[in-house]
Amino acid sequence: MWIAVVTIAVIALIAGLALSFASRKLPSDPADLVEQINDLLPQTQCAQCGYAGCRPYAAAIANDHEAINLCPPGGDDTLRRLATLLGKDVIPLAEAPPEGHAVAVIDESLCIGCMHCRTACPVDAIVGAQQLMHTVIEQECTGCKLCIAPCPVDCISMRTV
Amino acid sequence: MTELFVILIATVLVNNFVLVRFLGLCPFMGVSRNLEAAAGMSLATGFVLTLSSATAYLLHEYVLVPLELEYLRTITFILVIAASVQFTEIMVRRVSPLLDQVLGIYIPLIATNCAVLGVALLNVQQSTGFVQSVFYGLGAAGGFALVLVMFAAIRERLDAADIPAPFRGTAIALMTAGIMSLAFIGFSGMARL
Repeated sequence: MWIAVVTIAVIALIAGLALSFASRKLPSDPADLVEQINDLLPQTQCAQCGYAGCRPYAAAIANDHEAINLCPPGGDDTLRRLATLLGKDVIPLAEAPPEGHAVAVIDESLCIGCMHCRTACPVDAIVGAQQLMHTVIEQECTGCKLCIAPCPVDCISMRTV
Repeated sequence: MTELFVILIATVLVNNFVLVRFLGLCPFMGVSRNLEAAAGMSLATGFVLTLSSATAYLLHEYVLVPLELEYLRTITFILVIAASVQFTEIMVRRVSPLLDQVLGIYIPLIATNCAVLGVALLNVQQSTGFVQSVFYGLGAAGGFALVLVMFAAIRERLDAADIPAPFRGTAIALMTAGIMSLAFIGFSGMARL
């Protein structure tokens, strides 16, 4: 009987040790780091970094050593937090796009108040109500251009400030 | 070589674990709503099946038989299966976070998949060597994957079909499974283990 008990115990012990070894020694979880970086990014999904959205950019930072200074909407704050998280030096933001810091501007004489751009704005920088014209809060706008495509009357343009 | 091929044919088609032996029906019904989850589930289950039937064979042959503890087979295999499921979960999370999101809650369910225990038990009863038992597990995994993916594809089609009200949902799924099982009975006698 004791042989049986000891055998089972030894098999369980070996399985447990193998599992704990596997969970510790396998390459550390990249998903966790991607999550953490993703949490720091502004979630504007503006793609100005050259990736399809914030999460792909986070994955590129975590896995492919992409530069951390490609996020204009996040600005210096995000850059500093990313640098702290990853133990990198704070570097200036990558060159602003050629048009400088762009903001969206709504041509209020053309606006029909359809709300499409307000729904699309990731940072709630567009105010306005149904059937009333909308406008952009300049300080809040990150220049992500996501409001341009949904506008049915093409009254939104980008302007450098 | 021929023997290994016969084992594969026998486990994938002739003695298909789901449709002929009726093992592992819960994931067959539960995870077959869409093709992607079904494919991922069959990959994960296949990994566990192969891993656990190999380790179960080794344990049985080199630990349980020499110590004359064959009566502990079932509990030992349950232990081995639980450990390999846990190992698979760790692997999936590390290797493919995307697959982890799709399969997350289903992976622990593999531990209670009776096909895994069934394959390990049947395996030590009839297999003659380590390579054969690995192929036995591999074949079982292939058979499981084949029917699960086929069934998921059929169910995706059924979602769009105009089914009489009393048969909608699980009822038509069970009938489909029955018809598929009938089709697989057609393979019986093709290869013998």
